[in-house]
Amino acid sequence: MEYHGGSYDVIVVGAGHAGCEAGLAAARIGAKTLMITLNLDMVAFMPCNPSIGGPAKGIVVREIDALGGEMAKNIDKTYIQIRMLNTGKGPAVRALRAQADKFLYQHEMKKTLENEENLTLLQGKVERLIVEDGVCKGVVTHTGAHYYAKTVVITTGTFLRGEIIIGDIKYSSGPNNQQPSIKLSEHLEELGFELVRFKTGTPPRVNSRSIDYSKTEIQPGDDVPRAFSYETTEYITDQLPCWLTYTTEETHQIIDKNLHLSPMYSGMIKGTGPRYCPSIEDKIVRFHDKPRHQIFLEPEGRNTEEVYVQGLSTSLPEHIQRQILATIPGLEQAQLMRAGYAIEYDAVVPTQLWPTLETKLVKNLYTAGQINGTSGYEEAAGQGLIAGINAARRALGKEELILSRSDAYIGVLIDDLVTKGTNEPYRLLTSRAEYRLLLRHDNADLRLTDIGYNIGLISEERYQKFLAKKAAIEKEKKRLQTYIIKPTPEVQEVIRQAGGSELKDGIRAADLLKRPEMTYEHIQLLAPADEDIPADVVEQVEIQIKYEGYIEKSLQQVERLKKMENKKIPEDIDYDAITGLATEARQKLKQVRPLSIAQASRISGVNPADISILLVYLEQGRIARVSNE
Amino acid sequence: MDFDTIAAISTPMGEGAIAIVRLSGNEAVSIADHIFKGVGGKRLKDVPSHTIHYGHIIDPANGQTVEEVMVAVMRAPKTFTREDVVEINCHGGLISVNRVLQLVLTNGARLAEPGEFTKRAFLNGRIDLSQAEAVIDLIRAKTDRAMNVALSQMEGRLSNMIRHLRQTILETLAHVEVNIDYPEYDDVEEMTHQLLMEKAKYVREQIDRLLQTAQQGKILREGLATVIIGRPNVGKSSLLNSLVHENKAIVTDIPGTTRDVIEEYVNVRGVPLKLIDTAGIRETEDIVERIGVERSRQMVKEADLILLVLNFNEELTKEDEELFETVKGMDVIVIVNKTDLPQKIDMERVIQLANGHPVVTTSLLEERGIEELEEAISQLFFTGAVEASDLTYVSNSRHIALLHQAKKAVEEAISGIETGIPIDIVQIDLTRAWELLGEIIGDTIHESLIDQLFSQFCLGK
Repeated sequence: MEYHGGSYDVIVVGAGHAGCEAGLAAARIGAKTLMITLNLDMVAFMPCNPSIGGPAKGIVVREIDALGGEMAKNIDKTYIQIRMLNTGKGPAVRALRAQADKFLYQHEMKKTLENEENLTLLQGKVERLIVEDGVCKGVVTHTGAHYYAKTVVITTGTFLRGEIIIGDIKYSSGPNNQQPSIKLSEHLEELGFELVRFKTGTPPRVNSRSIDYSKTEIQPGDDVPRAFSYETTEYITDQLPCWLTYTTEETHQIIDKNLHLSPMYSGMIKGTGPRYCPSIEDKIVRFHDKPRHQIFLEPEGRNTEEVYVQGLSTSLPEHIQRQILATIPGLEQAQLMRAGYAIEYDAVVPTQLWPTLETKLVKNLYTAGQINGTSGYEEAAGQGLIAGINAARRALGKEELILSRSDAYIGVLIDDLVTKGTNEPYRLLTSRAEYRLLLRHDNADLRLTDIGYNIGLISEERYQKFLAKKAAIEKEKKRLQTYIIKPTPEVQEVIRQAGGSELKDGIRAADLLKRPEMTYEHIQLLAPADEDIPADVVEQVEIQIKYEGYIEKSLQQVERLKKMENKKIPEDIDYDAITGLATEARQKLKQVRPLSIAQASRISGVNPADISILLVYLEQGRIARVSNE
Repeated sequence: MDFDTIAAISTPMGEGAIAIVRLSGNEAVSIADHIFKGVGGKRLKDVPSHTIHYGHIIDPANGQTVEEVMVAVMRAPKTFTREDVVEINCHGGLISVNRVLQLVLTNGARLAEPGEFTKRAFLNGRIDLSQAEAVIDLIRAKTDRAMNVALSQMEGRLSNMIRHLRQTILETLAHVEVNIDYPEYDDVEEMTHQLLMEKAKYVREQIDRLLQTAQQGKILREGLATVIIGRPNVGKSSLLNSLVHENKAIVTDIPGTTRDVIEEYVNVRGVPLKLIDTAGIRETEDIVERIGVERSRQMVKEADLILLVLNFNEELTKEDEELFETVKGMDVIVIVNKTDLPQKIDMERVIQLANGHPVVTTSLLEERGIEELEEAISQLFFTGAVEASDLTYVSNSRHIALLHQAKKAVEEAISGIETGIPIDIVQIDLTRAWELLGEIIGDTIHESLIDQLFSQFCLGK
């Protein structure tokens, strides 16, 4: 029965990590928003690792928070363990990672969605879009309801034509045996979208009571209070440990012997899997000489005995999985609760998107998250936030938001996707960011709060606090840059104690701080401030002064690139009308349709000669334009 | 338009008396001013447009005079590119003009790409629109040609070494990355400052070696080390003088008066030579002379080209035959001098001893045979794969500039390690070195780091 279900500014299809951010952002910006999900009990579900953050990803979560997103706050309310990683390294690569109580995480997020003004949460299955003249106008659900909206965001994760594979068993399914979304996938193909088949996997879960933890190593959380969100003031102190064990020679023998039963090697799985998240059978085949692999045992929550066996992602048959578990110290008697599986799904080739995450093919339609070929909750959430912001701003007639590679990891992520595409599920790595010294965990607020405030996702109160912090940083930096520390015996003693060489002359406090052995604490002794400097201000002052030279170098790089970023390419440029472009470059340019010369130069297959030719045409303003058909 | 400042040698490579380094862009005048010392402290930035000024190019790093020059300053818009243009006229041939170019590049200019001056002229509206297609053809053709040159050099030792070096850096980078992205991964030992220092020092050493062994680069910086050998009084110093057209070495009729090694720089038909005259190689009791002789033997060992001089007027001696033995396997040109005197030498035997190397007869006294000698030198180096085109020259100059920049980046990494900067920050400089080396062989795709990461280590949850 077809009927009119209602009209909205923005419709978000899906309520996973991308969908939640998209829906909340749109609603909070002031757009009347409808979120439709297959199963209301599965909002913000974590079908794989019960964990948020990690290198690069953890910084994304901070960025989401600085832009006014929800993920950071939600994990701060629900983690069972939190750790700062890479503390022994430089400030650029520090990152938080938390183990989530995956059920609490869902409940908290659902509550937030339910209590959001402007947001309607609905269970339903979207089967097609309402598209008129290349413009998306709404969606139609399996019950025949027509919902209309100015913009639509699709965040369907791995549900598109999802298929679960365990051994020689293969069936149509979303993750964790949920309903797959088959008709929507077919509909996207009908609309002309190019889809690609990807694969990912998950390990078995076992009952905690059946684990002999005495044979494993404990992995506790940090004992200092930590939080992802800049607004979090209350910290969970009661943390649960994780546990570390290893595969054995026996494990490897079993896998070797049964490799022919793995759908990865039998040819049953055709989708491309991620290299950074290989199955255990993949690890053993590719790194045959490695005698053992790490296995982390991660509790899935406080009110469950289920334990996630990290490192054992597999699609081997269930009975082999049982044999494998029995070979691992601590898991000899482990009760299997859920078997590991591989899942294949359709993803939209992401070069079909603008950097706003709007599709090039259908106007006012946006896609975000795993549907765009990424992997990971954080990557999904980051895209969801940007897609939600842009969908809402389009609906409200405002300018779009694009983060650059020097603004945020989210900018790197989206630029990589829409410019280079991906031939495996895409994961953020710190090495993907060329300006990682600028894109730090600690300065996400300094980078992005202004943007969040301007689009209306940061409250006035928070913004004022932020401005005060910024001012305090500048003030303290200035103080240290002008304060002269004189070589008195007391001063020399402090420096000697720190293991440094004595002063010959007076020195600016800032210059002394640059010495590797000196910390802000030392400087505080030698050049005490009149007032109490908060820890987050100290952190910034210390990093900004200590690494000034390197930060400056990165900023210069960014400046050079800005010139190229500022050379815009009109959307309606006709590459066929430009003589001299190499064939491959022409094809790539037509596909990606870069918005700037800088973006064009990042496309593989577009070489400097092609860029020169493009520049010649752009500068002469003689761009042949596509006729308006 | 707002472009950076570019520079290149705008005169063709060859024996032209004057060579011009041209700069174009906003910084053209200030960069030139920075390395120019005019008469009476005149500053280029203060001079009127379209004027020419006498002075010297000084290396600001050490204050040394590099070249005597005339500098033309032409300000936008009435210039070829419609940008500020500076032309530095050098008279000292290829070697010094190359030094001037290197100085300009190290002081803020970027080496122009093939056809870039023309392109700018076009972009700035200096060239008529109807020429658009022609410019594009130019860009295409020149770039492709540059790539061909790059490709032919890729087969060489230089690019092999660069590949090896980049792989070393890449493995190191991947090692650092894996520590960052997979902090709990137990299989890799933590990259320590000490380990990184070893790698960085190795890389620096290798770049140094590259700078030394990249034959083209060496020729451009120093000239081919060309050693003149022969028994006393066969005319070695006269040969040097003829080639230099100056009278710097002492010439007498008494054997053994040239007691030390004399060096002269000269440009022979586009081949830059560093000419080295040696004291006569022969056994002697004279201590002063013996020192000279020993140095001579060392010079011969390190030479790129040997000019072996014989006396037309004397029979071949055992010493002459020993000289042929000494230079076996090297690039040699045999010069039989003193054809103004009666022939006593057995030319058939000379040709036999020359064993395929060119043999030229000269009378340096009567200035005969010098043309043939110069032709032989240029033949030796401008046949085969390496063409005497300005493109070859430019790309070589580019290589040197990039190698120096890469070395600088590695040195910054090393000093970062020394001062205890965290590894992931030091790594920024190493990455930069890796990218710079990649530019030499035209390969800087960032993705290869990630590929390396996943092939080198078994990662994942």
